[in-house]
Amino acid sequence: MKSIWIMKGMIGFYIFLFFAYLFGPLVVMGITAFNTPTYPQAYPFESFTLDWFVKLWNHRAMMEGLWNSIIIGLGVVAVSVPAGLAASIIMSQIYHRARGLFYLVTISPLLTPGVIIGISTVIFWKDVLGITDFTKAVFYKGIILAILGQSSFISAYCLLIFMARLTRFDRAQEEAALDLGASYPQVFWHILLPFLKPAIISAIVIGFLSSFENYNTTTFAILADKTLVTVLAGEVRQGTTPALSALAVIIIGVSLFGAILYELAKRREQKRAEQAQKRAKVAERSEGETAALPQPSSA
Amino acid sequence: MSAGVELDHVTVRFGDFTAVSGATLDIKGGEFFSFLGPSGCGKTTILRTVSGFLEPSEGKVRIGGKDMAGIGPNRRPTALIFQNLALFPLMTVAENITYGLRVRGIDKDMRAKKADELLELIALPGQGNKQMSELSGGQKQRVAIARALAVQPQVLLLDEPLSALDLKLRQHMRNELRIIQRMVGITFIYITHDQGEALTMSDRIAVMSDGVIQQVADGKTIYDEPATAFVASFVGENNPFAGTVAQADGSSALIETKFGRLRGRNPRGLRAGDKAILFVRPESIRLGAGATDTTLSSAVKSVAFEGNMTHVYLEGVGKKNITISVGRQGTTSIPEQGQVAAISYDAALGLALPEGQLARE
Amino acid sequence: MNSRLIVLVVPFIVIAIFWLMARREAKLSHDPTHKGYFERNGMTLGILFIALVALWTLFLVVLPYLYMVVESFHPQLPPSKRGGPEDVLTLAQYQSFFVQPVGGGLNVTHIGAFVFSIIASIAVTALNFAICYPLAFYMAQSGGAQKVRLLMLALIVPYWVNEILRAFSLRLLLASKGLINQMLMGFGFTDAPIDFLGANVGLYVGLSYAYLLIMVFPLYNAIESLDKNQIEAARDLGAPWWRIHKDVVIPYAKPGIASGCTMVFMLSAGSLAAPQFLGGPRTLWFTSVIYNFFFQNFNWARGSAYAFILLAACIALVMLMLRLFKVSLGETIK
Repeated sequence: MKSIWIMKGMIGFYIFLFFAYLFGPLVVMGITAFNTPTYPQAYPFESFTLDWFVKLWNHRAMMEGLWNSIIIGLGVVAVSVPAGLAASIIMSQIYHRARGLFYLVTISPLLTPGVIIGISTVIFWKDVLGITDFTKAVFYKGIILAILGQSSFISAYCLLIFMARLTRFDRAQEEAALDLGASYPQVFWHILLPFLKPAIISAIVIGFLSSFENYNTTTFAILADKTLVTVLAGEVRQGTTPALSALAVIIIGVSLFGAILYELAKRREQKRAEQAQKRAKVAERSEGETAALPQPSSA
Repeated sequence: MSAGVELDHVTVRFGDFTAVSGATLDIKGGEFFSFLGPSGCGKTTILRTVSGFLEPSEGKVRIGGKDMAGIGPNRRPTALIFQNLALFPLMTVAENITYGLRVRGIDKDMRAKKADELLELIALPGQGNKQMSELSGGQKQRVAIARALAVQPQVLLLDEPLSALDLKLRQHMRNELRIIQRMVGITFIYITHDQGEALTMSDRIAVMSDGVIQQVADGKTIYDEPATAFVASFVGENNPFAGTVAQADGSSALIETKFGRLRGRNPRGLRAGDKAILFVRPESIRLGAGATDTTLSSAVKSVAFEGNMTHVYLEGVGKKNITISVGRQGTTSIPEQGQVAAISYDAALGLALPEGQLARE
Repeated sequence: MNSRLIVLVVPFIVIAIFWLMARREAKLSHDPTHKGYFERNGMTLGILFIALVALWTLFLVVLPYLYMVVESFHPQLPPSKRGGPEDVLTLAQYQSFFVQPVGGGLNVTHIGAFVFSIIASIAVTALNFAICYPLAFYMAQSGGAQKVRLLMLALIVPYWVNEILRAFSLRLLLASKGLINQMLMGFGFTDAPIDFLGANVGLYVGLSYAYLLIMVFPLYNAIESLDKNQIEAARDLGAPWWRIHKDVVIPYAKPGIASGCTMVFMLSAGSLAAPQFLGGPRTLWFTSVIYNFFFQNFNWARGSAYAFILLAACIALVMLMLRLFKVSLGETIK
């Protein structure tokens, strides 16, 4: 009996250590955001201040970077989610001997260091867009290249999300709709797309967040422009200021808020499913007791 | 409106495998027609060929006299009820039922009206706004039927739709299906491996084995006059006795078996020297000796009292198992285990058929 | 420019070959379920799908990769001379990795950075496996559903803070004026601050910290599907706890382990933020070498060659690991 308690204690201690490792640095950083010294310090805590948040707000490069990050994130989602979705559908229809190669090509960006994706994007598009002065002037821009570079691997995330969902798709649904007179495109819009909706939402969220916090690819592809992350990198390289801590506090706050919303939505969904099941059970019990159908008059 | 379905030498091949070979059939309009056979016999392939998910490798499918070649499942006057029902889980009951109308571009009001009508028909009035997950198994079944009927098909195809239900509900739904079929009056083509379903519901039955249609007839004929050894052994219980025809004339045949010479009817015109199997159903065998050419001797292996009747399992020459069913009207006393008993049958109830594959137990 | 264009044609030839093969096969064998691509998807959607997939796989993946590889076999030239007579195929960029282009002699700096990056990444992978395995096992086998969901959430939330800020937070802890040194000095363990960053402690911790989640999830998914009864059975048979893990859990979770290790290794070897912000002043990470070719020396050709060397080495190493552990690539990526 005693050894079980020791075991349990050890497991508890281990989990405590693990999460201390995970959260400790963030908590310390969070404290520095509210402390007055210009060098971010958690201890001694001199006095409470919100100045660093104001500094952040007034940091022009950072605000510009934030704006670019949002634009790039939206652009990446606009490219990656449809591309991943299309690839997941083609994956199931492609000539079977080509499937292996196609799969390898689509997931290769996940196995390629982000640095290399960034480099190849810049080298390739510089020459392609450099063909005419017009394309060079209009399209050879950091924001566009960042969208292209990030999309190459974020599309792969999306593809994996969609493929995971599609394995649970019941092909009979597609056939049922066809049999009822739907055309193939109607099956796509009415049956497949609604089925994929949760996956699409996940893909949008994950795609946007991955884009937003990407550094390795973006730092090459962004050229002379900046994103929030590249600005941050510059700041961290130059030195340290509690304003960065303040930014982290905001990000953690927003993500905690999101996590709580997600959890609540999930609970509500679960409750609804449970209620439906309960009603089905009630219907099941009364089954057969009532003569369901009227007897035909002419039989 | 109902239409007949004609299969004209339909063969379906998947690579080297022939799923259906040379099926030729004429299903009349308004008929309740069943395909009966063990799993893998090709009955589902036939159904999918009729509904248009498969194109026959050879032969033609005609519905209402019209050749269906090149016409997809979405443009055929058929509706299919899937084995797992394939209801759309993200749509309400009413949306499910009227989906076929929606893709035909029928407006919302018309659809709502039609949904109410059909909900009435399947005894779920006013439940159109429910989610599919709120329905019981039997209710889902009925929604699937209503969804198929909504597009006013001329032929309704049913792919073992009752197999997922429990026994009691299954028997209840058999009845309902038959009632619905009489009400709407269209052709029903029903696929099943359950002979009870086929026999109770159908006007006619096609028995299939290994991609070949063995016999097409009404239930009584299938049971009493099976055309092949497969049908005789697959539909109902039967005792097969293999042997060679010793003597035959137009009406009866004498088969040389390990049990001696046994007599039976000869509808297939067997001639002396042919390999044959004599079938005698358990309920046609009685305890006690009869004429020499209809009597066998055997030892009782076990006895199972089933209430309305008693099954006696016997072992004849060469460990051959024989089953007989004894009703309760007679005064026959049931022998005990290990006892040697003479058993006999009425020659008119023995059936000699050409040798052929038997259904696996 | 010609060699560049020729390579770009290759993917289209491959596609054409597969297309012809598919055509031939469709003609030879009759498949009753076969439907043409456009018949199945409709014209509009069919074209849209192909266009999207072509944009992605060809223009964002295959062609840029090929183009980068081709670039690495060219000399570094000013734009005006590109495509001119001096723009020939050459192995000079690869040679420069081994032998210093100026003065000759072994290129110790770059080879050293390369070897260090690979070995340090392997070490970080092993470290993360050791840290994450117990947690993944606990979550998968012992935790209640509610608890597991909470732990999951707790694992994910820190990852919404981006890599740079996470590196920054570690720097606040490990810097000479950082909290840990403050504490050590406060308790009198040491008089002068310890240079954690200079000793690369920051680098290792930073890399490990950055990819904890990447290790936990595949491990958790793999162990979660293991039947609890198998562990019970092993326990009943009297197996000590470490044998249960060695003989039952780890063999079963092998695909998940391979997946987690592959991802952590690749991400570490290719990482840029942790080495830049947490590495010591004299520490040179291989991606930083590549970075410098682009941003300081403006030698894209040589940078491309180095990038290709990194990619090839990583893939070779991962393949070797998968071969050793007898796991297929398909199982790894899920």
